[in-house]
Amino acid sequence: MIIEAEHLRKTFGALVAVEDISFHVRPGECYGILGPNGAGKTTTVRMIYGFSPMTAGHLTVFGLDIRHHMRTIKTRIGVCQQENNLDPDLTVLENLLVFARYFNLSRRPAMEKAQELLAFMALDHRKESKVLDLSGGMMRRLVLARALINNPELLILDEPTTGLDPQSRHQVWERLEELKAMGMTLLLTTHYMDEASRLCDRLIIIDHGRILVEGSPAELIRDYVGHDIIEVSDPGPALRTFVQSHRLHHEDLGHRLIIYGNNHDDLYHEIRNTYCREGCIMRMASLEDVFLKLTGRGLRE
Amino acid sequence: MKGVYHVWQRNWTVYRQNWKIGFLAPLLEPLFYLLAFGYGLSVLVGNIHDRGTEVSYTAFIAPALIAINIMNNAFFENTYSSFVRMYYQKTFDAMMATPLSVEEIITGEIFWGATKSVFSTIIMMTVISLFGLIQYPAGLLLIPLAFIGGMAFGSIGMYFTGIVPHIDLFNLPFFLFITPMFLFSGTFFPMENLPQWAQLMAMFFPLTHLTMLARSLSFSLFSAKMLWPLIYLLLFWAVFFPLALYKMRQRLIK
Repeated sequence: MIIEAEHLRKTFGALVAVEDISFHVRPGECYGILGPNGAGKTTTVRMIYGFSPMTAGHLTVFGLDIRHHMRTIKTRIGVCQQENNLDPDLTVLENLLVFARYFNLSRRPAMEKAQELLAFMALDHRKESKVLDLSGGMMRRLVLARALINNPELLILDEPTTGLDPQSRHQVWERLEELKAMGMTLLLTTHYMDEASRLCDRLIIIDHGRILVEGSPAELIRDYVGHDIIEVSDPGPALRTFVQSHRLHHEDLGHRLIIYGNNHDDLYHEIRNTYCREGCIMRMASLEDVFLKLTGRGLRE
Repeated sequence: MKGVYHVWQRNWTVYRQNWKIGFLAPLLEPLFYLLAFGYGLSVLVGNIHDRGTEVSYTAFIAPALIAINIMNNAFFENTYSSFVRMYYQKTFDAMMATPLSVEEIITGEIFWGATKSVFSTIIMMTVISLFGLIQYPAGLLLIPLAFIGGMAFGSIGMYFTGIVPHIDLFNLPFFLFITPMFLFSGTFFPMENLPQWAQLMAMFFPLTHLTMLARSLSFSLFSAKMLWPLIYLLLFWAVFFPLALYKMRQRLIK
């Protein structure tokens, strides 16, 4: 196991950020931690990379107890924090070289590794630029390159694509997939369901500092919402009666009715022909449906 | 220990890019002061009696300018500059995701503050020496003195960085701590001119002790009495250095 987390708990005074979270990450997999804002995602990964000491629980990384071997663990992990904390006083290349020194890399190998990573992240034409002159996508790629400077066995990514345009997000995803193909273990927090579906082998959805479910994206979709989804906007009372009398698995949001299940082709045609002419669609279920079903639709602010 | 050096080296890498601007202040500042106070005031003031010898007013304030510069460089670096790196640039956050510990990061920062005191002292010494106001070789000891003073003032600066909620609140230690020291530490007039109670208070100022030592070294006047101000500065460092580490650990580790 790369990470073994048992009953992690973290409190800040009276505030309980993480109540009780346990999970295991296997070598070579991409493991996701999903949850709404304030669910405890960032706090959980911060405990793993040693930024916040845990209040209670047991945590090992590479089989080493985090309480006693933090420094050794840190030499073997790469961390891509949520905010772009690149060094604005340094150029793109210097950002990597200065960081390499913190890992005790000597000059020559650091330079070689930095050049290799800049090419990998398509930043080699901006080597001499100051960080503040880079676009958001470039900064993100540089943060990622910097996290890889020590050849980590485990890469921890805290919301790696938040705030990026679609092109940049896809570019980041492709790089992460390549890293995974090379055998790197990834631990990822995100609130983008498409990101989690695409990258994660297994994931947990957490809320209020506790795990709601664990599984692969496909398993979770199958188990919690089924294959198909019928969505009806402005449903009439007749449809509500129909749905209830047929005991269909559904969710009523007032202006919108969502029906979960499998092989709904016939049902869809029936509903469409009888109850609604427009504003009625059938689509494939996604992780987003699982997420919203489990964590609710209320705003988290 | 290597980690401390790498943090120091990060600041050195940045400094090297702006060294021309970094050089300008310690080069010009003593010139301005020597011209304004030294040549403007000395006509009115005449000579100063200091520890049995009579010196010109310019010679009297020159070592004080070095002492003030030692204080300002380290204190400014470990308050405003360190705060910007910690709070706005998140440089320390990034460092903490590497094998560096908080203690190494903060120690590296304080060493850097003291280094800036040393650099600017060397530049100032060059300028002041052109006026013939430093006696050598004793004057060379101003360089290690700049390091000791820099560590003392950098440590207390970093302590403030550990406790101020917002960058604007640095006005407070500057106004209540730095400015009174600048004026009342036997810098621009002999301490004996102050009333007895004020003299006593001034003895608590680390700048008073730093100024005394800088003056002794510049005039090449050695005596056993120099041991006390030296011990005071080292004590100041010994108290505020661990306090700074403690407060910064509290602030950074959440």
